[in-house]
Amino acid sequence: MHKTQFVRTQMLEPEEPPVSSRGMVGWLHANLFSNAFNAVLSLLSLAAIYWILSQVLPWMFSPTWYGTSLENCREINGPAGGACWGVIRERWLQLLFGFYPSELYWRPIATFLLLAVALAPVLFTSVPRKLMYFTAVYPFLMPWLLWGGSIWNPIVAAMGFALGYGVYRVIYDHFGNLAASIGALVAPVLWWLFLAAPASSLLQGVIPLGIEPVQSRLFGGFMLSLTIGVVGIALSLPLGILLALGRQSDLLIVRSLSVGFIEFIRGVPLITLLFVASTLLNIFMPPGTNFDIILRVIIMVTLFAAAYMAEVIRGGLAALPRGQYEAADALGLDFWLAQRLVIMPQALKISIPGIVSTFIGMFKDTTLVSIIGLLDPLGLLRSIRADANWNGIVWELYGFVALLFFIACFSMSRYSLYLERKLRTGHQ
Amino acid sequence: MKKSVFVGALALAGLSAGVAAAGTLDDVKARGKLNCGTNTGLVGFAAPDANGEWKGFDVAVCRALAAAVLGDAMAVEFVPTTGKTRFTALASGEIDVLARNTTWTFTRDVDLKFDFVGVNYYDGQGFMVPKSLGVSSAKELDGATICIQTGTTTELNLADFFRKNNISYEPVPVETDNEAQQQYLAGACDAYTTDASGLAAVRATFENPQDQILLPEIISKEPLGPLVRHGDNEWGDVVRWTLFALVAAEELGITSANIEELSNGTDNPEINRILGTEGSLGEMLGLDPLWAKRAISAGGNYGELFEKNIGVNTPIGLARGLNAQWTEGGLQYAPPFR
Amino acid sequence: MTELADPPKESFRLGMLIYDTRYRSLTIQVVALIGFLVLVGWLINNTANNLATLGKPINFSFLNDTAGYDINQRLLDYNSQSTHWRAAVMGLLNTLLVAFLGCVTATIIGIVVGVLRLSNNWLVARLMTIYVETFRNVPVLLWIVFSMALLIETLPSPRDFRGDDPAASMVLFDSVAITNRGIYIPEPLFSRGFGDIPVFPDRSSEACVAPEPGALLNDSCGLFQISLNLIAILAVTGAGLWGSRRIRRRADRIQAETGDRPTTWYLRLGVALVPLVGLLWALGFHLGLPELKGFNFVGGTHLRNSLIALWFALSLYTASFIAEIVRGGILAISKGQTEAAAALGLRPKRIMNLVILPQALRIIIPPLISQYLNLTKNSSLAIAVGYMDLTGTLMGITLNQSGRELEAVLLGMLIYLGISLSISGVMNWYNNRVKLVER
Repeated sequence: MHKTQFVRTQMLEPEEPPVSSRGMVGWLHANLFSNAFNAVLSLLSLAAIYWILSQVLPWMFSPTWYGTSLENCREINGPAGGACWGVIRERWLQLLFGFYPSELYWRPIATFLLLAVALAPVLFTSVPRKLMYFTAVYPFLMPWLLWGGSIWNPIVAAMGFALGYGVYRVIYDHFGNLAASIGALVAPVLWWLFLAAPASSLLQGVIPLGIEPVQSRLFGGFMLSLTIGVVGIALSLPLGILLALGRQSDLLIVRSLSVGFIEFIRGVPLITLLFVASTLLNIFMPPGTNFDIILRVIIMVTLFAAAYMAEVIRGGLAALPRGQYEAADALGLDFWLAQRLVIMPQALKISIPGIVSTFIGMFKDTTLVSIIGLLDPLGLLRSIRADANWNGIVWELYGFVALLFFIACFSMSRYSLYLERKLRTGHQ
Repeated sequence: MKKSVFVGALALAGLSAGVAAAGTLDDVKARGKLNCGTNTGLVGFAAPDANGEWKGFDVAVCRALAAAVLGDAMAVEFVPTTGKTRFTALASGEIDVLARNTTWTFTRDVDLKFDFVGVNYYDGQGFMVPKSLGVSSAKELDGATICIQTGTTTELNLADFFRKNNISYEPVPVETDNEAQQQYLAGACDAYTTDASGLAAVRATFENPQDQILLPEIISKEPLGPLVRHGDNEWGDVVRWTLFALVAAEELGITSANIEELSNGTDNPEINRILGTEGSLGEMLGLDPLWAKRAISAGGNYGELFEKNIGVNTPIGLARGLNAQWTEGGLQYAPPFR
Repeated sequence: MTELADPPKESFRLGMLIYDTRYRSLTIQVVALIGFLVLVGWLINNTANNLATLGKPINFSFLNDTAGYDINQRLLDYNSQSTHWRAAVMGLLNTLLVAFLGCVTATIIGIVVGVLRLSNNWLVARLMTIYVETFRNVPVLLWIVFSMALLIETLPSPRDFRGDDPAASMVLFDSVAITNRGIYIPEPLFSRGFGDIPVFPDRSSEACVAPEPGALLNDSCGLFQISLNLIAILAVTGAGLWGSRRIRRRADRIQAETGDRPTTWYLRLGVALVPLVGLLWALGFHLGLPELKGFNFVGGTHLRNSLIALWFALSLYTASFIAEIVRGGILAISKGQTEAAAALGLRPKRIMNLVILPQALRIIIPPLISQYLNLTKNSSLAIAVGYMDLTGTLMGITLNQSGRELEAVLLGMLIYLGISLSISGVMNWYNNRVKLVER
């Protein structure tokens, strides 16, 4: 018997992984040079990055922030050349607000800050529900803040809805649902068409309250893009819901009208619709009516967005399990009640990411209005470059506008991604 | 669904209830603002400055008109229009007058139903080429690449010129002066063609203007002037005679400096009639007697406007040429005020 | 709550139109139709009134007037004396050209980028993400103008090629010139060609009278012309490929019968190539090289700046969307599929080709269709760089010169609608076919 035996009393420390798979080297090996193909790709990418940066950076860092004209910048930069940032310093406010009176800049700023507040209860679940009341008020507040004028205009417009609701209640008690619905539709329309304007001026005469009106052709720059985008999306939402319902409907004529509208709008480029806005819309209206160009553009953009919105919402409707429809039917809800209480709240929630990306697309598409002569950021570039001081400037302005668009769209798309992820976990 | 409120609110806010049919003069007076169609940006003729205030030779015509009609040279809304949208903007009543370096042609006057009220700038289409190209006549441009602005009469003139001379060219259409300038400077086109005034304006902004030459050929007549809708003769008269008042003022020696002095009465009856101290010309136009005085005071007479915006002392540096007074061998000729 | 419907045996009452579900849908539809017709009628009535006031009744005859302007990129014969109608056709062809080129390159770039974004190479994946995010989040119009400016500012102009010590020189054995006016590439020429045949020739027109018997007809004869050389080449190529296929089939059959596969690659190559080479030789095929003459490069095919800028910007912009679609499609295939395929002993490349891609395609194709449609519609922004597409000709210069806004815009919209509907038709047909194969 051997007495000797070997028992390890102490465990060995684990060996360090080989140099090639730890630390910096390991990371490089795993992520950049895992095989020959990857190594080539990595080197190529590095070369590309170096080349681009070496071209752009020296140009970008040029001490021309206080340049007063292109000639002045050229003097400052000397023969090496470089960017001329003076144009941005002089014109950035114009690129943001267009020709909006500078003492009134707080109004568009307030409008878009309040927009964030109004959207918060819709977009983030953690926000107090009470804010919804503000969301309901906001659509009246926004045009008033932007365009100014008497405070009674939005109030009188809102009264139309109150009137509609009141008429509905009164008639409903006496004549039933159908008559009430018709009444609720007709009364506000009559109110807006015939009574609203006199009522508003009467009230303004009695209690003059208002802020300085601003003509819409003073709108320009990013403010114009945002206004067209936000108003277009907001208006297209109800229209889009109706179209989506119409497209899903069993009624042949309603369905074919909806499909026809959606496919027509989706089949033509936005620029042709803008041509319609700029050249034809006034011809379609009764003689004498004259919308200003921004309103015409908003109308056409709304129709355009509505078709895309309808498809997004149709996707949301299709994503709802069949059981929801059947359950609503089983509860004895009629079509509109079922839509209002069961279907739409869920379908719209599913559609929010789609709505956000439609909005991003539309916001980007607002640059097309420069082709019909509106002074959005791109249109303003043209005007700025027609100033004898800045004639000949290209990249600085393009870069600035592109950067602003990038920041806006990128943050929105990140939000949409976050939302998508949140909604997905909600469903699992 | 609450969002549909927007429709009501917006319609109230944004609907400018313009009734174009009645009579533009009354509309403008009632509105208190003149809507003037202008270029989206053309050096020396119309461009907004950093404060958003429009400046330029075409702009000055609108300011004078606003001063004449409304008594305030700043009571103008400038509506930037492109080559495409300008005529519809005017036809639809969105603007009251179009002062956007627009060429007076037969079809525009007759077929498109507009009235040109006069000519504020006599222009012609020319060519600019780099000196280094070694070209001294447009007829030597066989096979050249030529930048042209689209949406104007320019491209038709160019096609006609090259067809007539039986030489070939490669057109590069561009939307605005800026792009043309960019392409031209980079050598993407051999020559740039547009109105000679535009060429001079563009050349003035180059780093080395002396390296570019304007070719001697002027291949078209381009009388540029303000225009109004056909059929509204009262308004047409107001615009026409405001323009003539500016021209006549220069001929008669009325300047923004001496206008106050002259309006106390002079021994020249025509000056008196223009400045409203004699006769009732303003009344006949549907304006007050001092209309022309205000128009001239707004920015000065025709010559002053010219010198201030596009004259030889500005970066654009245009000589008067055809636009001198008829007494000095030019074409600017105002009919008598009587 | 609404009252219950009356029992069916009761006679018809007016209220049933609304409260009886059998009739209600009919009522709603009739009301909707009437509403729609009233709206349309109102619009048409307004239009008619306004046009009457303007003194411009709807009239398409301006399309037959002389256009008077030149178009630089013409796929068919055109000059300033042609009609507006023909100018519109040139525009349409240019639209189709850039849309087609754009769709092809966008798909290729999109797939490559989409796959590379999933790459385990950290740097490449990050770079691709940056590319996708930058392009997606900046308006396409800006990209188009931007690429045009880039081409103009960075490439050498033809005058740089001149002189004893030129600043720039041609590339690829002096056969390609890259300038800021565009790229000049060699063009195929035939010294003993068959000529063209005119389609729908108008015998009475001057252009169709042959200068001498047997001579080729004038270029501008007929609606357009078909190159006989091209037809001959296509026919011979087709026949060659058919022959090569027959040989492969035969080899397959022999392999199935005997187990031995005869070596046929040289035979197949020969059948496909020899007749083609022979034909090209017979036609006197040679390349026409661009050369600097006068102001410009002459000869060769000229790919203009405007085309390249538009093509480049549209492809890169759309590719960034397609990349996301492709990535989403690949990620959507569960990992189990890959593992199952690997368990079956398939190699990685075959897993991709046989298992992942066919399933991913089903997810990818519907959004891909709408990207193609977007690209085609975005090509209308050509106007910003002076590419003469449909918006540049019919809805641009023609509209301007004739003052016929209504007619030009309506016609333009209808043409775009037609293009869009055909694209979605073809792609949907393809989509359905893929679906059938799958299930």
